[in-house]
Amino acid sequence: MAAAVRSQVISLYRMMLTESKKFPSYNYRTYALRRVRDAFRANGALEDPRAVERLVVEGQQTLALIKRQVSIGRMYATQKSVVDD
Amino acid sequence: LIKKNNTCVCANLFRSKPSQRHQASPDLNKIKLIKRHELEIDELRPLYMDFQATTPMDPRVLDAMLPYQVNYYGNPHSKTHAFGWESESAMETARRQVADLIGADPREIIFTSGATESNNMAIKGVARFYKTKKRHVITTQTEHKCVLDSCRILASEGFSITYLPVQANGIVDLELLEASIRPDTSLLSVMTINNEIGVKQPMKEIGQICRSKGVFLHTDAAQAVGKIPINVTDMKVDLMSISGHKIYGPKGVGALYVRRRPRVRLEPLQSGGGQERGLRSGTVPTPLAVGLGAACSIAQQEMEYDHQRVSMLANRLVQKITSELPDVIMNGDAEQRYAGCVNLSFAYVEGESLLMALKDVALSSGSACTSASLEPSYVLRAIGTDEDLAHSSIRFGIGRFTTEAEVDYTAEKCITQVSRLREMSPLWEMVQEGIDLKSIKWTQH
Repeated sequence: MAAAVRSQVISLYRMMLTESKKFPSYNYRTYALRRVRDAFRANGALEDPRAVERLVVEGQQTLALIKRQVSIGRMYATQKSVVDD
Repeated sequence: LIKKNNTCVCANLFRSKPSQRHQASPDLNKIKLIKRHELEIDELRPLYMDFQATTPMDPRVLDAMLPYQVNYYGNPHSKTHAFGWESESAMETARRQVADLIGADPREIIFTSGATESNNMAIKGVARFYKTKKRHVITTQTEHKCVLDSCRILASEGFSITYLPVQANGIVDLELLEASIRPDTSLLSVMTINNEIGVKQPMKEIGQICRSKGVFLHTDAAQAVGKIPINVTDMKVDLMSISGHKIYGPKGVGALYVRRRPRVRLEPLQSGGGQERGLRSGTVPTPLAVGLGAACSIAQQEMEYDHQRVSMLANRLVQKITSELPDVIMNGDAEQRYAGCVNLSFAYVEGESLLMALKDVALSSGSACTSASLEPSYVLRAIGTDEDLAHSSIRFGIGRFTTEAEVDYTAEKCITQVSRLREMSPLWEMVQEGIDLKSIKWTQH
């Protein structure tokens, strides 16, 4: 993977994790963190630049989705879960 | 507690004379109790382990639905303006997403208000359409209440219904099924995955039998769609019910798959403007349909990942519980099952008291639609569970959003509470002493 693309992917990954940590709901938060991490890990060996580009675009759309859903979660927040630290 | 002018009423009670304050007045105790109760109300939410009753909406599903609740509010059946066209386009996209998940053609999907309506439509509709020549319908004893009740209504209309028994592992006997098909059988209805014990029926074999005998096969796949791979052509299924809120979609929407080749005819239940091919009139709720479509498309993407995770978590739960507690029975076949539905019976413990003891875990002791009555579940009775074990069964539901921490917490709480309840149980004491409970002659006092 070209260095520019690689740094773009890493910064996308970091942004997605940062936003996912903001979910007020324990279940959504843990799912988002886990799913983002596992998805990036699974696609880590991908070489084809077009496939990588497609996934990056998808990642950016998902990042926007996470931000919207975090705001909605905050608007309608409730008490913490029993297992939440 | 009524609050006047934003100050607590009890503030007035504190304006007592200095000499009086040293005595613990009854008013002060009452205030303390009230304050403690108020703090308790703001308590932590229990963790959710009841994924068979319903599932939380996936954030991606909510995100897909919201534009249609806010700005794109047109009626999908309005043919004359952009609001109608964009709404219709969204509805058709959703239809294709549902069809792709089960290997069907989009023209074979009818949107309904849920799996209950789909089951009613399929069973009553097919039976009534073919009633002049065919008067027999077959189903199983472990079906969902809506299927059993629809069959009961048909029986009162003069149809003859066969309720097939299931074996002790919850699976139908294929030879018995084949033997019960008569020349005047129009429909056979078997659910793919049972909502109470998680057992998976051999749908391919049943489909083969029905196709060879010329009988329509309907399956209630509400618990199966999106969780295990389903293909209506491989399963030779003619009608299939789908529920939105079991696959992380919205409540209030479902679908019915109706095969076109060979054609299945149904008498519609709901009359009106002829929407959904005349089979289900009424405006299709675009936001809900979009939600169902999104849920199906996400389920298709995530099926492998979710399946591995749910199986791992279910194993973890069962291993933890059975390694610490003796006399725990899993209801339903151990192999032919969906991992995420674990139904355990804890001998010598009463189910309701265990549920109350586990009050910070959301669990169920049977299906939601029958939990109001005091009778033990008819599904457990059908698989031959003893009366007392049927009363002690708990259903653990594991899903996409369950975490290891939640499973560990549930297992630990369960072990502690079952042990505590067993300590209090005279039956358990007798069993520990080696007395066979079945040999006891109980007398009246």
